Amino acid sequence: MDSAKVLIIAEHDQVNLSIATRKAITAAHLLKQYSDNVIISVLVAGCDCANAAEQAAYLDGVEQVLVVDDTCYQHLLAENIAKLVADIASQYTHLFISSSTQGKDLLPRIAAKLNVEQLSDVMGFTSLHSVVRPIYAGNAIAEVSSSDPYIVSTIRAASFDACNSSDSRAEIVHLDKAFECSSTRFVELQASESERPELANANVVVAGGRGVASKEGFVLIEQLADVLGGAVGASRAAVDADYISNDHQVGQTGKIISPDLYIAAGISGAIQHIAGIKDAKVIVAINKDPEATIFSYADYGLVGDLFELIPEFIQKYE
Amino acid sequence: MKILVAIKRVIDPYVAIRVKDDHSGIDDHNVKMTINPFCAIALEQAVQMKEQGLAQEIIVVSIGDDSCNESLRTALALGGDRAIHINTADFLSDNVTTSSVSLFTPLKIANVLAVLARQQDCDLVLMGKQSIDGDNNQTPQMLAGLLDWPQATFASEIKPDPNRDNPALLVTREVDAGLETLSVNLPCVVSCDLRLNTPRFASLPNIMKARSKPLTCFSLATFIDDNISQYPNLASLAKPSSQTIIKYSKPQQRSAGVMVESIDELIDKLTQEAKVI
Repeated sequence: MDSAKVLIIAEHDQVNLSIATRKAITAAHLLKQYSDNVIISVLVAGCDCANAAEQAAYLDGVEQVLVVDDTCYQHLLAENIAKLVADIASQYTHLFISSSTQGKDLLPRIAAKLNVEQLSDVMGFTSLHSVVRPIYAGNAIAEVSSSDPYIVSTIRAASFDACNSSDSRAEIVHLDKAFECSSTRFVELQASESERPELANANVVVAGGRGVASKEGFVLIEQLADVLGGAVGASRAAVDADYISNDHQVGQTGKIISPDLYIAAGISGAIQHIAGIKDAKVIVAINKDPEATIFSYADYGLVGDLFELIPEFIQKYE
Repeated sequence: MKILVAIKRVIDPYVAIRVKDDHSGIDDHNVKMTINPFCAIALEQAVQMKEQGLAQEIIVVSIGDDSCNESLRTALALGGDRAIHINTADFLSDNVTTSSVSLFTPLKIANVLAVLARQQDCDLVLMGKQSIDGDNNQTPQMLAGLLDWPQATFASEIKPDPNRDNPALLVTREVDAGLETLSVNLPCVVSCDLRLNTPRFASLPNIMKARSKPLTCFSLATFIDDNISQYPNLASLAKPSSQTIIKYSKPQQRSAGVMVESIDELIDKLTQEAKVI
């Protein structure tokens, strides 16, 4: 039986690994259905990233952590990380990264350096060399096989659970490789500050659309999210109308999420939006239009004015 | 500055697509086609940069069958100066589905664009961040990797960087954490996100004028023959793709839900039945 040597490219803020990285590790675990010999390594490239590397070493099933600690990796720029990964790739058969904006930015560049195709947004495997992935905004699922020497995949976080931590510590290997690039410079990050759980990993998401009608109206959505301990989402219409910032957008071109509970208020349910929420366990729709498309996807639908119903929900739930 | 804009013809985003009953592909027979929305944003960006005096020429390129011609004429009506069509029709064999998803993979497209970007001496390649059919989000990054040019993906704002000695762009990117700004040297590849701009419509006079703008068409075979001595990588284009789509299927349907009459009933269902709050 073929063996699989998987390299997971970790995403982190130097201190903590992202949850999506732990989901990508779970995806690697699933290859064990097709091979008795699956070896999982994690690459932590960063600057002063010892803590993130230490965390990776205690993740279930991880055998080796490669740490490349250099100032040139501080902002995880695609240009130099792609060179680094291409440099060490020959020891692996599978290269995974989570399907976040960073994973999407980085991995195709690596694939091109290795002269192989990439498989994006993988939601499952059917062999060591074939995957299933959504196309056409999730309206079709393609099973794709690859004959490339590397299976290079971004892993769709909504399709996998995060891997657990373990008591055993994987071997940590330090690499001394710097690929400095001068043609790209990091200027700044305007991070959106929020006390609420991260949208991609929240158990409960309350989202508003055009029906919320104003920035002020979105306060209601935020209040309900807070009462339920959830994150705030939005449709493209709400973001375009500037009711809330774009990092809250859920859908084909925003975030794809799979919370236990998704409450859509004033969202009609365009296919591009549904693409982002289809995997939610329970979908609730509140909309005053009984014909809204969202009702055909909702487990529980309530027709009415969100400006009356949401305050009532908050009052009665508290 | 000379800008190359790559556009793709896709099924209109508002069309409900249908998976063929034999799982061989997507039914694209008589379906409304359009320029991929993200490509339209990339083109609009190029046109605005030309209007601001930042760019002198906009070359629009599309790779695909005969029908790409129509998309390229539209792109010329929207402000492109000239167009190049790489026609892949002669590479379609009978057993390849005509669905644009499997026709020509991102790495192949990136290889063609890499040759064009060099050959046409472009300073900037503007592309959409993803096509809404394959949903790959790969081609711009692959192109940048092949050319070894810097990349800035998911752009929501692009302007010249006044703080650099060499020509560079300041690109604001939509990332999960918020908005990130990078300064990238020219030449570079930038992929465009939704909020970069609102594409204009083509006016009738511009549609008329577009008819006389230059549109050059090469068959892929000719393109390879003409350029392979200088770009040996093109040999890989004639080979079958390393990826095969084994099967297309419909996504799992969610089971039909129920309508509730009141908030009381909703809270009851969520706490007692679904147990999610």
